[in-house]
Amino acid sequence: MNGSTAHQSGVAVQVRGLQKSFNGHLVLQGIDLDVAPGEIFVIMGPSGSGKSVLLKHIIGLETPDAGDIQINGQPIQAEGVMDQYRLAMVFQSGALLNSLTVGENVGLYLREHRLKPEKEIARIVGEKLELVGLKGLESRMPSDLSGGMKKRVAIARALAIEPQLILYDEPTSELDPLMAVTIAEEILNLKSRIHVTSIVVSHDRDLALGVADHIAMINQGKILAIGTPEEIKKISDPLIQKFLTVEFQKEKAL
Amino acid sequence: MFQNIGEILILFWRTLMALPQTLQHRRKVIDQLFEIGAASLLMACILSLFIGGVIALQSGPVLAERGLSSYIGGLVGLSMCKELAPVMMAVLIAGRIGSAMAAEIGSMRVYQEIDALRTMNIDPIRYLVLPRLVAISVSLPVLVVFSILVGWFGGAIVSMTNQQIAVPLQSYFSNLSEMVELDDVANGLIKSFVFAVVIGIVSCHQGLQTIGGPRGIGRSVTKAVVNSIVLILILDYFVTRFLLYFEK
Ligand SMILES: Nc1ncnc2c1ncn2[C@@H]1O[C@H](COP(=O)(O)OP(=O)(O)OP(=O)(O)O)[C@@H](O)[C@H]1O
Ligand SMILES: [Mg+2]
Repeated sequence: MNGSTAHQSGVAVQVRGLQKSFNGHLVLQGIDLDVAPGEIFVIMGPSGSGKSVLLKHIIGLETPDAGDIQINGQPIQAEGVMDQYRLAMVFQSGALLNSLTVGENVGLYLREHRLKPEKEIARIVGEKLELVGLKGLESRMPSDLSGGMKKRVAIARALAIEPQLILYDEPTSELDPLMAVTIAEEILNLKSRIHVTSIVVSHDRDLALGVADHIAMINQGKILAIGTPEEIKKISDPLIQKFLTVEFQKEKAL
Repeated sequence: MFQNIGEILILFWRTLMALPQTLQHRRKVIDQLFEIGAASLLMACILSLFIGGVIALQSGPVLAERGLSSYIGGLVGLSMCKELAPVMMAVLIAGRIGSAMAAEIGSMRVYQEIDALRTMNIDPIRYLVLPRLVAISVSLPVLVVFSILVGWFGGAIVSMTNQQIAVPLQSYFSNLSEMVELDDVANGLIKSFVFAVVIGIVSCHQGLQTIGGPRGIGRSVTKAVVNSIVLILILDYFVTRFLLYFEK
């Protein structure tokens, strides 16, 4: 573990030729990505296109069939590389530990790695929960929370790590518009405060266009385009255009 | 089940390697101890009372017919501590605690809690398997001590009250203390320790292996219990053989 200094800078992430198949079904078909230190990189794409699988590879939960992933130029499969960095992931489902209280979940990383004294942990936990609008819910159990509240606890848990790389899997998908804005602001805040590198998977166009330094569009396990929000908006690929502009029209639906 | 033995041994080895960190995880060990104790102590005592009773009931009249009823204390005493208490308690604990371990870890697996631990650089073996293995290895032998004592007592009650046997409490226990030596009790405790390790590792392994949704959890629980019991009964023979070498 890399000490407890709060102001480390974010890491660079490089993905090359990443391939993965499950039961003969090719889910990722050669992904190449470069994420610069301290930037917010948004991945968008239709449901089932392999976004969550990609995130799991980046944080080392899945092993690639081919290709490699590097953090700050070091391959993540190499012994000890992952231990050097503070990483965090906000799972699509939240993935809170159901046998622990909300407070214990948020403080888990600091407590298990003995990074802070108990009092300090309690303070940080309170602070992070307040940030996601869940002040004072430390002693609740995850099973008593709504889906969106669980997601926010998961975000608080990731924030408490003060990570160098944070992966969000659809952080705003279960939140109301106000909370979604709060979370978007926090993603931006974290970037300016601790220069964390963020990779955000999201369907939320406003969030993506609002916070991203770069956006990657992914479809069926392949990257369609990568660019700044302005560049992506100008690309004429019909799928991308549809994805960015489609609106629900009552007349059409009826 | 046997193709998993290699994986189970690896998990056992890695848990052993983590053993020095037990002290850091003592809170979790204590939690587990309470859980096991609360779930099993009363049940263990009731079960043992009846097991002791039934041995006396079965063998007492046979001994009495041959004028050997004074040996009933030793017979119940030895069979309880060398065989019945360790095996029955292990089966009970496999059913109550092994199943719970497999279910809990299995659901953590299925609902990505273990993935979340791994992203936080928390080793599931240290965090989940170690405390459970330590707790069960401590508590099963303790439970067996209770079981032996209560079983002896159950045998005593039956021997005393059954008309055909009619051995008074005092001669029951004096024969028992004559026949049963500390080694015999130790014998049972060693067995139960081995069984505890088997239950703990098999159940945790099965939990970690869980795939699929709630169905997968159910499957893991069944497998954990059945495999533990099968292994317990097979190992019982070999451990008994092994321990015989040390008897004078
Ligand atoms: N562990 C797994 N085993 C088998 N198939 C899997 C596994 N994980 C993902 N898949 C498959 O990979 C594909 C991509 O899944 P993934 O979860 O990455 O989609 P996604 O882009 O995150 O979609 P969504 O936006 O709905 O979350 C899906 O077809 C899914 O069935
Ligand atoms: Mg997904």
